Amino acid sequence: MNADRSALVRRGTIASVAMLIVFLVAWEWGPGLLKIPPYIVPPLSATWKEFLRMWSVTALPWHTGVTAFEVLIGFILGSLLGALIGYVLGMSPTAEFALSPYILALQIAPKVAFAPLFILWMGFTIYPKILVAILIVFFPVMVNVLTAVRGVDPDLINLARSFKATRSQIFWKIEFPASLPPLFAGLRIGSTLAVIGVVVGELVGGNSGLGYLLSFGEGQGNTAMVFVTIIMLTIVGGIAYLLVILIEMRVLHYMPKRAAGGI
Amino acid sequence: MKRLEYRNVTMRFAGAKGSVFTAIENVDIALDDGEVVSLIGPSGCGKSTLLNIGSGLYAPTEGEAYVDGERVEGPNEHVAFMLQKDLLLPWRTIEQNVLLGTEIRKLDPAASRQKARDLLQAFKLGEFSDRYPHQLSGGMRQRAALARTLAVDPSVLLLDEPFSAVDAQTRIMLQHDLAQTLVKANKTALLITHDLLEAVILSDRVLVMSKRPGRIIDEIVIDIPDRDHPLKRRRDPKVAGYIARLMDQLDIGEHPAQDQAKEPA
Repeated sequence: MNADRSALVRRGTIASVAMLIVFLVAWEWGPGLLKIPPYIVPPLSATWKEFLRMWSVTALPWHTGVTAFEVLIGFILGSLLGALIGYVLGMSPTAEFALSPYILALQIAPKVAFAPLFILWMGFTIYPKILVAILIVFFPVMVNVLTAVRGVDPDLINLARSFKATRSQIFWKIEFPASLPPLFAGLRIGSTLAVIGVVVGELVGGNSGLGYLLSFGEGQGNTAMVFVTIIMLTIVGGIAYLLVILIEMRVLHYMPKRAAGGI
Repeated sequence: MKRLEYRNVTMRFAGAKGSVFTAIENVDIALDDGEVVSLIGPSGCGKSTLLNIGSGLYAPTEGEAYVDGERVEGPNEHVAFMLQKDLLLPWRTIEQNVLLGTEIRKLDPAASRQKARDLLQAFKLGEFSDRYPHQLSGGMRQRAALARTLAVDPSVLLLDEPFSAVDAQTRIMLQHDLAQTLVKANKTALLITHDLLEAVILSDRVLVMSKRPGRIIDEIVIDIPDRDHPLKRRRDPKVAGYIARLMDQLDIGEHPAQDQAKEPA
């Protein structure tokens, strides 16, 4: 069992690294061989040079920091709000029934379409970006929490009730811990969506953040700049996702270990 | 004083399209202190309804239930129940699971922890107290569930098919553990089961319920010694006679192939 697992890890790691090397080689020399001009696909070395230039000249660290900050705040607030409303609706069928058409409508509406509206309201500040992130993170978290609270085995509730549990004891001892695994599944999705929300907000207006660099690079016809920015965005999203996983491993330590993968 | 008493209990539920169906009708049951009584009957005869009334989760439509002479008007300290599902919380260790009821009832934590340890020791789970439920076998989980039920020190245990989800050998072990515990702690228990042999070897009396609406149609006093030794009781020649009588009452054996259509719940 353990030998199988370590063999899997070894073989998988080798394959992953090999794929990365093949990809980087193809990126560096592929465009030249296929006669793809650098303004379509800048090779790896050109992208790296652009990264160094952006780091010192274009204040890349600062823009990345702005985006990361907006993602973090939007994610935290959106998750808190989503979880809170999820618990309230999960425990009150009447409220869910009354609100469900509006929630559904909001869920169907593409959240990023709100970005221009928020910028009209709040100007070229960080707030509209955070607001889009909140809105986009809210739904997966809320839906997961709501479904989890609804899905708690009624016999578990009855068991607690037979011990004379109060409503708040049922929540804190049964419903809340039972909702944590789906909550974290929602948070994982939310952490990647938060980046999308923030970037769209930055694309639409403002002069800071990676989304702004994207549209700036596009305007300049600087393909390498767009490449660098996409990579930085992926790193920001990746770190956000990893943070969620780290917290999840601490909180859900009691869960049976996954057979393979983990992420 | 009777430990557990149902007086003329009737329970009706609203069915589909405004219909009303009667789950149980005019049920009278009384359990003496330390008595173990099994309840047997066809599926859907309302056995579990009786249990829910006893534990205060349902209020009967007519009649009353009494535990330790007090009328049951809701969940109370005197009763604890155990189901076929172990209902262990996956995020709690075995010991924390056993302590669930004591925490909810805000019993003294130190004394409760000692009690939980003693119970786990008695159920051969001492070394597993820090494990999580998914790390234990079905039989161990069911023993932990029994420990949780006993940790709140109820005077009456309501057991709803507690061993029907485990394999036959584990079941024999669990029956032994239960029988020993009930005698040692002098607990009163109402046991619902589908297993005729289990009913006979674990109980002082077996009550037979009819098809819906459920009524008590027979009472068999099990006149075999050693209620704390179901393994010994199993071998008693009287067992076969009791089981034959139960089969007659339940109308099984005559038409083994005929399966009753399930009534809409």
